[in-house]
Amino acid sequence: MADISITTKGAREASEDESGAMHTAGDITRIRLQFPHPPARPDQPADFSAITVPEAGILPVPPLDIEAGGCRDLALGMVRVLDDNNQPVGPWADYLGDLSADRLRQGLRDMLKMRAIDRRMLNAQRQGKTSFYLQCTGEEAIGCCFQRELSQGDMNFPTYRQQTLLVAADYPLEQMMGQLYSNALDPLKGRQLPIMHSARDYGFFSISGNLGTQYVQAVGWAMAAALTGTGKIAAGWIGDGATASNDFHSALLTASVYVPPVVLNVVNNQWAISTYTGIAAGKSETYAARALGYGIPAIRVDGNDYLAVMAVSRWAIARARQGQGPVLIEWFTYRAAAHSTSDDPSAYRPRDEARAWPLGDPVERLKAHLIARGDWSEERQVQAEAEILDEVNAVQKAVEAHGTFVDPQPISPAEIFLNVYADMPEHLRRQRQETGY
Amino acid sequence: MPIDILMPALSPTMEEGTLSKWLKKEGDKVVSGDVIAEIETDKATMEVEAVDEGVIGKLLVAAGTENVKVNAPIAVLLQDGESASDIGSSAAAPKADADTPAATAGDAGGKAREASEEAPAAKVPAAPKVEAASDPAIPAGTEMVTMTVREALRDAMAEEMRANPDVFVMGEEVAEYQGAYKVTQGLLQEFGPKRVIDTPITEHGFAGIGVGAAMAGLRPIVEFMTFNFAMQAIDQIVNSAAKTLYMSGGQMGAPIVFRGPNGAAARVAAQHSQDYAAWYSHIPGLKVIQPYTAADFKGLLKAAIRDPNPIIFLENEILYGQTFEVPKMDDFVLPIGKARIHRAGNDVTLVSWGIGMTYAVKAVDELTKLGIDVELIDLRTIRPMDLPAIIESVKKTGRLVTVEEGYPQSSVGDFIANRVSREAFDYLDAPVITIAGKDVPMPYAANLEKLALPNVGEVVDAVKAVCYK
Repeated sequence: MADISITTKGAREASEDESGAMHTAGDITRIRLQFPHPPARPDQPADFSAITVPEAGILPVPPLDIEAGGCRDLALGMVRVLDDNNQPVGPWADYLGDLSADRLRQGLRDMLKMRAIDRRMLNAQRQGKTSFYLQCTGEEAIGCCFQRELSQGDMNFPTYRQQTLLVAADYPLEQMMGQLYSNALDPLKGRQLPIMHSARDYGFFSISGNLGTQYVQAVGWAMAAALTGTGKIAAGWIGDGATASNDFHSALLTASVYVPPVVLNVVNNQWAISTYTGIAAGKSETYAARALGYGIPAIRVDGNDYLAVMAVSRWAIARARQGQGPVLIEWFTYRAAAHSTSDDPSAYRPRDEARAWPLGDPVERLKAHLIARGDWSEERQVQAEAEILDEVNAVQKAVEAHGTFVDPQPISPAEIFLNVYADMPEHLRRQRQETGY
Repeated sequence: MPIDILMPALSPTMEEGTLSKWLKKEGDKVVSGDVIAEIETDKATMEVEAVDEGVIGKLLVAAGTENVKVNAPIAVLLQDGESASDIGSSAAAPKADADTPAATAGDAGGKAREASEEAPAAKVPAAPKVEAASDPAIPAGTEMVTMTVREALRDAMAEEMRANPDVFVMGEEVAEYQGAYKVTQGLLQEFGPKRVIDTPITEHGFAGIGVGAAMAGLRPIVEFMTFNFAMQAIDQIVNSAAKTLYMSGGQMGAPIVFRGPNGAAARVAAQHSQDYAAWYSHIPGLKVIQPYTAADFKGLLKAAIRDPNPIIFLENEILYGQTFEVPKMDDFVLPIGKARIHRAGNDVTLVSWGIGMTYAVKAVDELTKLGIDVELIDLRTIRPMDLPAIIESVKKTGRLVTVEEGYPQSSVGDFIANRVSREAFDYLDAPVITIAGKDVPMPYAANLEKLALPNVGEVVDAVKAVCYK
């Protein structure tokens, strides 16, 4: 695999030329820092030429008890299932076997629903109905598919860009939107930022705004599941940027020491707000490769290939459930939307970069595969998009009737004092009484 | 009804922006998602998209207008069958709040407050019942066993681990080594390596897995070799353990005990000698316990392990070897949040906790010889604090001195002095004196270390001062 980080090599050579006459080889002028920068900035055409996209179907499916030492090709290469003709090929396609059309159509519908929700909620934010929103455009396949491979009782420890997990867990849209609008339908009772969902019964742990904290908690949750013999597994989620946090390394270390049933996911979407992924990766060839040093098996996957996501999710979950311990998966994808509603990516990356992304769009690729199978058509796609948008619109209207940021309907002041402690201490009861509740 | 299109906010902090360009004109049809305008702030430029379908009836703000307030109407969208003449009913008369700043979280709160004032009286609950939690009665004839604080802590953990299989202990050196200060002596032998777990040297890491395990329903006891090292773990403790129950709307919390020696030992200098009582006592969601006697260590640690909340349990290396009488009872559990009257008196109230009590107890001996009748209160729990016990005592004595080893600014004593001045001002006969360590990092040299900490003479002088003696 080519290293996709670009160093300021040209600048370094120029500097050496200028000072070379005064210094001998090996002297201090040869000591230079690397300041990674992206291949293209806004005034330049998108350039992903440094990314090598390996052929689909060339990597093997390892045994469930594989150790880190046997994973080098999987961690440095990329598992891809759909080939250029949208046909599943290779050992991972065989691992999936015959997939029903219903299962694949469900995946497509999950992604379309996610996209419709993102679009409507972005508009709602633009209209001032919520303070903040954050889309996951381009990354839908990862969470939508992974969640469908989990079982009831398993627990995700997500970042704020995994609303896909909730959508594929069939989390009620009323609650999701209620939380975004912070109204009476908000299950978090007006206490948490929009997009920071929390749904224990849907396997969705409370999101931490402090990046990375959830990653090591996923390891602890999985250890508890193993100690109590529940048979459940945990899934930690982190972005490429937050792999720089010490939580990432603590999680890998503790997962390596205690080998609990946890799947450690890294969603590498190339951008941490405006910070290019090379600033978190440094000289590491891939994020998956980081795990090998901890003795944890790792696989890098084309995250925009729904079938590749399904195959590797199924394998990793089976491995954890069989007691073979942790595995790290790097999902290679691209953040097609802005980081959040507070971000304007045209300030730091080319406007056409998403279109130039060499791994394409997950929705388009699954759709093309379904059509190639004869299980879908352009007409059905148009119809499905319209149906889903209607469904989302209808829920949105109903939820907005309970109040939005523009027209807030007050949450009971009593809520401010509840759940600070499992039991309300006397001083809080006194404060609550003083407010009249 | 025509629909107002409002000036959008690019971020929660944005209050106004420039409407730089209209991309639609009056009479244009728009559908959801059409870009209708561009706006900019000092930070970014954004496209405004239509949410609803309709015809642009009127542009209310000209292109190029600066300082357009968030949520001010910028255009009016006509629905089927409506014409420009319908606009008067909506936006032509500016809304009263159109010129007010953005609807921020604060505004929402303001409206909530107004609503609360209009609320019917029926919503007001009955006056809170004051829980008279108190120490359990110790039956006459109960054998008192002399033991060290270290043994009392070990017994408390062992008893709770026998009673509840979900309780386990983890930390650096807790298993094979039997604890860096031998507090977990014998636990590995009795409970095995699945419940007495040696961890790698990452406070952040094992605090994090402890929080994760607690959220999965177990009852972890996380031992820090010292709370000085727990600085690395403070994000897990404060931002996750303390806040998750609240943030998740009550869905998941972290029943966990973080325990270990806190504050100064002897000759271990600046990075190993800090008292964190005031730090953790600042955080809603945490309970903070800092006992002094072996009986209190035992009874309160058992209560902490059973408590469904995250607990900070502050021990002290110097106290570990000190011996006290502990009642020999099957299940000796003490209430969290209740102070203990260590010595009843009438002239002056002296409040301390943890290692601070060692100064207070010695000072009381000297003061008694001087004829000053001190009421000494051992606070035991810093949060939630038993302020009623202190205030009742001050109402009786009219004078108050507090003693702690931590730094003076924003100390626990400062908080007590503030509450007493508000709730018992009329009873005070002298200013409250709060004794703390010096405002310096702990030095190493023995004589300097002694100077940096409070001393018995200081406590005696303070008590005499508030008694005007």
